Amino acid sequence: MSSVKDWAAPTPISENRSGLIGKGVDRYEGRLKVTGTAPFAYEVEAPSPPAYGVLIASPIAKGQVASADISAAQAAPGVRLVWTPHNVPAQGERGAKINPRSQRGSNPALAAKIEHFGQHVGFVVADTLENAKAAAALVRFDYAPEPADLIFEDNLGAADQPEGEEDVRVGDFEAAFDRAPVRLDETYVSPLQNHAQMEPCATTAWWDGDNVTVHTSIQMVKGGQHTLAETLMIPSTQVRLLTRYIGGGFGGKGQSYDDLTLAALAARELGQPVKVAYTRQQMFQATIHRPAVHMRVRLGAQADGRLDAFALEAVTHCRREAPFTEHAANFARSLYAAPNRLTGHRLVKLDIPAAGAMRAPGEASGMLSLECAMDELAEQLGMDPIALRLRNEPETDPETGKPFSTRQLVRCMTEGAQRFGWDRRNPKPGQVRDGRWLVGLGMAAAIRGNFLLPAKAGVRIDADGTITLRQGMTDIGTGTYTILAQITAETLGVPLAQVKVELGDSDFPPAPGSGGQFGAATAGSAAFAAGMNLRKALAELATGDPNSPLYGDDPELVTFGGGNIAVDNRAEPLERLVARAAPEGVYVEGSITPAADARDYSQHTYGAHFAEVGVDPDTGEVRLRRMFGVFAAGRILNAKTAMSQITGGMIWGVGTALHEYNEVDPRYGSFIAQDLAGYHVPAHADIADLSAMFLDEVDDKANPMGIKGVGELGIAGAGAAIANAVYNACGARIRDYPLTPEKVLAALP
Amino acid sequence: MKTSFKLNGQAASLDLDPRTTLLDALRENLGLKGSKKGCDHGQCGACTVLVNGRRINACLSLAVTHEDDEITTIEGLAQGEALHPVQAAFLEQDAFQCGYCTPGQICSTIGMLKEAADGWASLVTEDLTADTVLTDAEIRERMSGNLCRCSAYPQILAAIRSAGGVA
Repeated sequence: MSSVKDWAAPTPISENRSGLIGKGVDRYEGRLKVTGTAPFAYEVEAPSPPAYGVLIASPIAKGQVASADISAAQAAPGVRLVWTPHNVPAQGERGAKINPRSQRGSNPALAAKIEHFGQHVGFVVADTLENAKAAAALVRFDYAPEPADLIFEDNLGAADQPEGEEDVRVGDFEAAFDRAPVRLDETYVSPLQNHAQMEPCATTAWWDGDNVTVHTSIQMVKGGQHTLAETLMIPSTQVRLLTRYIGGGFGGKGQSYDDLTLAALAARELGQPVKVAYTRQQMFQATIHRPAVHMRVRLGAQADGRLDAFALEAVTHCRREAPFTEHAANFARSLYAAPNRLTGHRLVKLDIPAAGAMRAPGEASGMLSLECAMDELAEQLGMDPIALRLRNEPETDPETGKPFSTRQLVRCMTEGAQRFGWDRRNPKPGQVRDGRWLVGLGMAAAIRGNFLLPAKAGVRIDADGTITLRQGMTDIGTGTYTILAQITAETLGVPLAQVKVELGDSDFPPAPGSGGQFGAATAGSAAFAAGMNLRKALAELATGDPNSPLYGDDPELVTFGGGNIAVDNRAEPLERLVARAAPEGVYVEGSITPAADARDYSQHTYGAHFAEVGVDPDTGEVRLRRMFGVFAAGRILNAKTAMSQITGGMIWGVGTALHEYNEVDPRYGSFIAQDLAGYHVPAHADIADLSAMFLDEVDDKANPMGIKGVGELGIAGAGAAIANAVYNACGARIRDYPLTPEKVLAALP
Repeated sequence: MKTSFKLNGQAASLDLDPRTTLLDALRENLGLKGSKKGCDHGQCGACTVLVNGRRINACLSLAVTHEDDEITTIEGLAQGEALHPVQAAFLEQDAFQCGYCTPGQICSTIGMLKEAADGWASLVTEDLTADTVLTDAEIRERMSGNLCRCSAYPQILAAIRSAGGVA
């Protein structure tokens, strides 16, 4: 197993001779996307015209499907099949061997036992979408409902410790908190949120003999393939899963749903391709969501701001049969120094759709609490909020004592303060007016863990010089195609145009997919390893070929650049070498595994958010006026796509602070908001002047390229900066997100 | 039900189920899958196309109501290999991530620029008698019917600014 020490040596990436690493090159697949020709899962050309599947949802939260009358639907025009719990084909236990979380989709699809509102109970396939929809409305169900626990707040008393978890204690929190001269004890609430990806879940499936091909919208290629194979009770080798373009994931497409299962089953039954898409309403009611979290923060400080006692205790919820914990307290274990610490989680089980991972699970909710609490404590102490954070900056990880791999949080805050004009903030709330608006400034820190998972990649060079990288990786809009092309081109010293990238195919060497902001580091490191292996293979090919100008040279001395392979001033183009010495092309694979000693370091990405808001004291409306963030996230691979990830995350923070929430209807267990009018995600007009910058950084403990993830860092803490700005603007301290006008009005002093 | 219209400059004739929306007719009957279905309720704007030069949500319109209309979709914007200036600006400014809302954003931009050129006011227009000036606030307001969950809004704004006036 490798060591992080192996990663410190110079590489083609660190040398960056052609300057492709970090350059803001246009997106690899950008032309397809701006011309509307990138085929998403529902749009893929099937070998013959597909039939259309439509899903029917349960109107009850818990109970049984007692009976179903499908006669009218079966007789309707164009109908090919109608399935209910009583006639759906047998399915294997889904995903249990691969990933227990994969079981969270209804298991099996169209089960008679109903576990949440919106669970699918019927499925109709017809020749056209119109006929399928019309027939679906003709299926009649009778239900045997059972009492259900639906409302989080009503069930807080039933909160239990998540299985296998314990609270983390350092020192004696209670004693230190009791004796602290300055104390804060507040509870913050983050709401239930929905991913609201623009592309609803969709699958197109067809069979060729015993083999099924599915194009589906999923973040994890192998997880989807194995889950479907288990469902269909066939070997994974008979399932080819493709997911080349994905219209947003954000964690919500980390698992498969009923569209995949039922499209594959129906295509087998009918001997015809079948495609199925979720409606927008089904996206809300029958996928996963970010659960609400109640967070009690207790801080005990000395008069100089030094924290002696720190506690963050989070209570959240999940679906009864699908354990999942939103780990809203974990981030705080590495953020601020305090000798006496307590962090932990409690879980309430409800009969509502499954909770699951949504962009920056843990941090996105958790930082809304602590980063407001620090603002409140700073005011109690009469300190600047940045000064309070600087006072509590730890030398080593405050919980474990491990060294940080890199940590530039202080510079993120000080650089941001200077560029944003933090010195213009009046610490007394409600003092600055601009016309009808009360104006305020707020800030918050950001931290998000960095991860590296095992992955493989394959790369080949053909006789025409084209280099093709293949990986069972996904690009959910994050820029994966583009950065993999940059890494491959820089590693092999060829122009970007010479590189092709093919992703999203279970036939390719596996990568874990997109999630947890581990994608670029994980897939990229495997691509880099494959590129290095290709360099080695080509060096040996050239130095062993009597017709090469490099014949007889030491392969260790071979260099790559400008599309050439060279030793000193002897060189030849790669395509000439390959066409002559290996006309069938050269293919190699590479892989990455986490270093054995990686866990000896506390490894995170960091940032600081600064926000200026206006509050209308008559209506309670909050408008973002400007927002700026400074981030440190290792070596940046692409200036454009990384910036878009970070600012996109910050905008999610704006939505979190001001707009986004869902609630459960106590009568039915449904979500009150089930479309994009009822659930408001930030729109153009909600976002004012918003920008960010990255600090120079290379984290040589992270992976061979010194890069880190940026996909989730931007949302961490962003909402708290806005809440703090609202307080500074008008004196309304709201601890129940989002800060909607009615809450602001009620909280105005 | 027979219907015919002009689609991206070419005559198109169809025999359609009258329940078919313009969006589904484009995607499922005519093979033009660039217009996207994000909500099917006119709330997200991913299906925005141009009908007689004006932007509409194709999901809210039945195809058979478009007899003799001139319909332009994302597929009808580029001239061969040459991208439409708005498409080129979106690519250059990195005004998208996943790309699912992008065709709608681009068609909406073209429609919006024409509305502004024609002097249409918006909610944030201060002087209704003056010529329309596409300030950042005007662009943001006028583009708010097109959601981008990836939240590439700063980059979309930059693209529209750089392409302004060319539609």
